[in-house]
Amino acid sequence: MDLTILWFWIIAVMFIGYFVLDGFDFGVGMSLPFLGKDDTDRRVLINTIGPVWDLNETWVIVAGASLFAAFPEWYATMFSGFYLALLLILVALILRGVSFEYRHQRPESTWKKWFDGMIIVGSAVPALLWGVAFANVVRGVKLDANHDYIGTFFDLLNPYALLGGVTTLLLFFVHGVVFVSLKTEGDIRVRARKLATKAGIVTIVVAATFLVWTTFAYGTVASAVFAALAAVALIASFLANLHGAERLAFGLMAATIGLAVLTLFASLFPDVMPASNDATNSLTIANASSSTYTLGVMSWTALIGMPVILLYQGWTYWVFRKRIGRAQIEVAAH
Amino acid sequence: MNDWLDPLLLARWQFGLTTMYHFLFVPLTIGLALTVAIFQTAWVRTDKARYLQLTHFFGKIFLINVAMGVVTGIVQEFQFGMNWSDYSRFVGDVFGAPLAFEGILAFFLEATFIGLWIFGWDKLPKKVHLATIWLTVVGSITSAYFILAANAFMQNPIAYTINEEKGRAELTSIWELLTNPIALAAFPHTIFACFMVSGGLIISVAAWHLYRNQHLDTMRPALKFGLWMMVIAGVLTTLAGDQLGLVMVDAQPMKMAAAEALYHTATGANASFSVFTLGTPDGVHELFSVRIPYLLSFLSTHTFDGTVEGINNLQSQYVTLYGPGDYTPTIWVTYWAFRWMIGLGLAHMLVAVVGLWLTRKGRSPKRTWVWKVAIWSFPFSLLAMSVGWVFTEMGRQPWLVFGLMRTADGVSPGVTGIEILISLIVFTLLYGILAVVEFKLILKAVRKGPDDAPAQGAESGVVQQSVTVY
Repeated sequence: MDLTILWFWIIAVMFIGYFVLDGFDFGVGMSLPFLGKDDTDRRVLINTIGPVWDLNETWVIVAGASLFAAFPEWYATMFSGFYLALLLILVALILRGVSFEYRHQRPESTWKKWFDGMIIVGSAVPALLWGVAFANVVRGVKLDANHDYIGTFFDLLNPYALLGGVTTLLLFFVHGVVFVSLKTEGDIRVRARKLATKAGIVTIVVAATFLVWTTFAYGTVASAVFAALAAVALIASFLANLHGAERLAFGLMAATIGLAVLTLFASLFPDVMPASNDATNSLTIANASSSTYTLGVMSWTALIGMPVILLYQGWTYWVFRKRIGRAQIEVAAH
Repeated sequence: MNDWLDPLLLARWQFGLTTMYHFLFVPLTIGLALTVAIFQTAWVRTDKARYLQLTHFFGKIFLINVAMGVVTGIVQEFQFGMNWSDYSRFVGDVFGAPLAFEGILAFFLEATFIGLWIFGWDKLPKKVHLATIWLTVVGSITSAYFILAANAFMQNPIAYTINEEKGRAELTSIWELLTNPIALAAFPHTIFACFMVSGGLIISVAAWHLYRNQHLDTMRPALKFGLWMMVIAGVLTTLAGDQLGLVMVDAQPMKMAAAEALYHTATGANASFSVFTLGTPDGVHELFSVRIPYLLSFLSTHTFDGTVEGINNLQSQYVTLYGPGDYTPTIWVTYWAFRWMIGLGLAHMLVAVVGLWLTRKGRSPKRTWVWKVAIWSFPFSLLAMSVGWVFTEMGRQPWLVFGLMRTADGVSPGVTGIEILISLIVFTLLYGILAVVEFKLILKAVRKGPDDAPAQGAESGVVQQSVTVY
């Protein structure tokens, strides 16, 4: 296989890794106002992702750096073009990250409320904007002959892209709530399952609309298959949650997100950033990629590195497989 | 366009600001990870409670910094694409690889094992848990290497060929890129300096408690440890810096000339090093200076009769080579940054050497000012590191990639000055507020001191620690 095409799919896999993993901890962050009735509840929630949010977030750094190395043109156009959206994502990620670390440093409830608020907003903003950004990539944006973005910030806020944003927001939300049901015990686990059902219905409607729109407006045969599978996985996850099969429900949510990302990438192929104003300005796999030598070096690195990474990250999840409940938090409180 | 809305200027300010800020947490994280790993190893080996207390105590300070290091690091990576898209297009084929290596081979390791370390106290066997902090150390140091290798390409571009058709640099040898002489020299210089920073932190923290006559059992060994760490790391930083200087003269002679504000080529005794100078602001005319003959010759060539090229010579050479233009960095910045870097670093080492003397054989100095100096010396090496980076990066100007791309040509053409201004303001405010919160939290953790020794073994205390993290 041509290395450039291989790397197109590796980039897809890296963003799948990022969205599946950071996706559920965005969801847990957003669930604080719904599931966290008191401070102990909120600490239970935060501690479900405590050991792993950092490694989950690292996926965006790796995905970004790989995009830079494998498709410098794509990276340059997308990151400079979506300037303000990415600025908002960065600010949100910063506020969220430090809030996990800071909220427990002082006992006052106003202090904690501030940081809870930042965790909620800091999780919702990237969950929404990543969807907006990727939907815009699929939809196409205005590019000049040098592949520089020439649209405005408000061009990015079109109905299709906004629907994409709401879709990722809801998918991550449900993904996170299902994760909570899988990782907690007692009352909060029951409430999480109920919330996942309620939110699940809305999510199915919104996500299905987005997938259908994508398929008819920008789709290919491959993307249609992925979209159909994504819809099936989402509905199956909903049913699994309804029957209390938490692990299955979570696995199927992960599959849904993965398949949704594949839908977008399959719609893009062989473009990486289509120009809506003039197809000759489009960035394609061919004109955006690095040299064969660089891609070869990167391939070896990924080939050696990724299995090891999956192994130790899998082990991490296994070490922290136990459920967390109010009991542990209350025992721990001084 | 208004001058203050110049995208180039704003993008440069933003990069400088966010990088220097990010690099306050990098040395603290790298240095403290090692410190914590050493204390924990001591505990596992000796089973002495005080080493466990020290592990937890410095572990807490370490953790307050980690989150900041991670999230401000994302800004660094995104920024290349956001503000410097033409740079990214031009060098991505070469420069992207070490960044991707950093993520895949190093940063994942660090981020994963740090989570295991924080939350794994009661879930992992003692020795496996110890291994997690050591893997964090390995990850953080490897990560630094790849970043320095990427930076080295900007200082001394090698291992590339220019693809005329695509208008970009392309990688020809990853091995050559990763063994860039600048990277090989900058790596030990930077890493040992990181250890100076954590040594300095430990000195100040321990001195603060010892001055108040509290936590003697833990803080006495901590002070000793910090003092030795500072002295050893300081000597190694100096030696590595000397080596880096030699390589730099070779790759970027203009930077050394700018470090010394040496306008005219000088040889032997005339190639003197000025300890400080008072002159006109542009540094062209000198009013008063204290000079050490031969020293610049020695620093640049390791001989006493070497020749050091002056700015004027180099400027005219570069005009011949690259066409008309100003190839001189801002001299007062490079001149003073170079001196402050060396001065602050040496001052911090001096504090440690004197400290070792005053505390020899269990002595404890009585004079207040001695303790005050020890406590307040904390920022010295951290600031030395910041100005060191200012020197390295400002000394490269007007180049973004030395000899290949000018800084002015790297900025994103599609991004407006307003957008960059907004982001500059946002980051300045956000980072400013977080700096205050961060500083207060560190101060609070420091003042609280280590928890008292857990009565029997450490198990009950440890279990609590692991669950209450968040």
